[in-house]
Amino acid sequence: MHRKHTKAKINEWFWGWFMIAPMMIGLMVLNIIPAFQTLYLSFFKVGAFGRGNIFVGFDNYMKMIHDDQVWYAVGNTIKYTLIVVPAIIVLSMIIAVLLNNKLRGKHIYRTIYFIPAVATPAAVAMVWRWLYNNYFGVINVFIKKIGLQSVDWVNDPKIALFSVAIIGIWSIVGYNMVIILAGLQVIPNDYYEASSIDGASPVCQFFRITVPLVSPAIFFVMITSIFQSMQVFDIIYMMIDVTSPAYDKTVSLVYLFYNNSFKYMNQGYGSVIVMLLIVIVMVVTVILVKMQRKLVNYM
Amino acid sequence: MDIKRRLLSRTFIHAFLILGAGIMILPFVWMVLTAFKSVAESTSMNPFVFIPRIWRIENFVEVIQQNNFFWLYYNTIAMIFWRVVCALGFSSMAAYAFARLKFPGRNFFFGLVLFQMMIPVQIFIIPQYLMVDKLGMRNTIFALVFPGLVSAFGTFLLRQFFMGLPKELEESAKLDGCNIGQTFVWVMLPLVKSGLIALGIFTALFAFKDLMWPLIVNSRSEAATLASALAKIQSAYSVNYPRLMAASTLSLWPMMLIYILFQKQFIQGIATTGGKL
Repeated sequence: MHRKHTKAKINEWFWGWFMIAPMMIGLMVLNIIPAFQTLYLSFFKVGAFGRGNIFVGFDNYMKMIHDDQVWYAVGNTIKYTLIVVPAIIVLSMIIAVLLNNKLRGKHIYRTIYFIPAVATPAAVAMVWRWLYNNYFGVINVFIKKIGLQSVDWVNDPKIALFSVAIIGIWSIVGYNMVIILAGLQVIPNDYYEASSIDGASPVCQFFRITVPLVSPAIFFVMITSIFQSMQVFDIIYMMIDVTSPAYDKTVSLVYLFYNNSFKYMNQGYGSVIVMLLIVIVMVVTVILVKMQRKLVNYM
Repeated sequence: MDIKRRLLSRTFIHAFLILGAGIMILPFVWMVLTAFKSVAESTSMNPFVFIPRIWRIENFVEVIQQNNFFWLYYNTIAMIFWRVVCALGFSSMAAYAFARLKFPGRNFFFGLVLFQMMIPVQIFIIPQYLMVDKLGMRNTIFALVFPGLVSAFGTFLLRQFFMGLPKELEESAKLDGCNIGQTFVWVMLPLVKSGLIALGIFTALFAFKDLMWPLIVNSRSEAATLASALAKIQSAYSVNYPRLMAASTLSLWPMMLIYILFQKQFIQGIATTGGKL
């Protein structure tokens, strides 16, 4: 009896190892080893196409500390995140709450709001660049029609980051609205009925029932949009050329990483920029985990 | 009085939602309209000439001919297909093992999965590129699929689905003479269908939208994807906006069509990825 039991156990071990093997081998080759390789590369001057690496110690790190563009990129990335994330949370929450009513045509609204989420950011950025166009873009033509000064949305260094942020928000609000709406739909209706009898106003219900009970979904939206924003690349890459006067005011860390690693083929320096990104993301993660304990209400 | 107030708030809600829906959809409408215009028409200063006078298809024809669009569709579809197949196959197996089997090293290996999920993907890109380069596989479908061969996210997501299934199922399958592999394929896998659909949609969307990886690894124009080709098209046509809008219309319509046809699956899929994590 005892031997049969261990035999079954060992059988289970083998099945377990066998079933995770393809996944784990792939993960090792594609992710775990490369992560350490990037760390390793950050101490080297990498020759073109990876030939002839020269050990340079902390040179890349020292260069980064004295590189103004890196610190612009850090500032821009943080600024972008601080604009985009609150806007996404507030807007997707408002729309989700409105769509959670018994409303005629709510499925049509939901379908439409989600559309930007299935569009390629590269195409979306091109379309918005056309809308933003200085002379012929619909937005500026409209602004001029109502008698205001036209705005150079794409190339004005003071405005370009906001223009990019508008696209970022527009692209992802519908997606996050769907996640929050799913969170709202599991709140039992009794809670609202019971509190109505006790005389709670809709505003009070919103802050005392809706927000706490949907807080896991809101937190999920917050985490994913913070991480996405900190890795913003596509829209800025398509909107802002390296030669644009707004480049310094919009370049993100990942855009800078791309330019250094694959445009200038300086992959040692690209790796250092990744390491900086990782450190920033880790700091933010620690803060978020601390916040989660205080803010999120798991049923 | 109360009815009147409710009617008023209803009207207000609809007005707000219609305004929002307009903001979501008008950029695409404008894209399509511009794509049918001539350059002169598109730069007409009268914004109230919305509709093109003649619906020209020249922009589409030229963009398709000059940019190997048939190859772009083929590359994009092939990349999405293989990434979805790999993500579903490898992740579902691993997810089942992590959720239901006991074996030494389980927590350690799952820790590695979590590590991949939490760390920004840029840390993998340079070595992945160097590997593809060393294999001499740049400008191939394999290169496009490469980073998506395994999905840590998918493993995590499907594990959540498997953990939600009752234990009795496996016990009765065992009594019926199924081994662990048979139990997985015939009993457990069909029960996480909604998870598989969600992961499939998520993987497909992610692959379709990806810009940086195809840009790096498939630099030849006939090996590009819809997303990465747009970057080159943009610099080639510079300010010829009707052509650019034709190109973006051509790159957007397939996924939009699929979304309109399967909107319920899309929205449910995305909602479950949010709820399960």
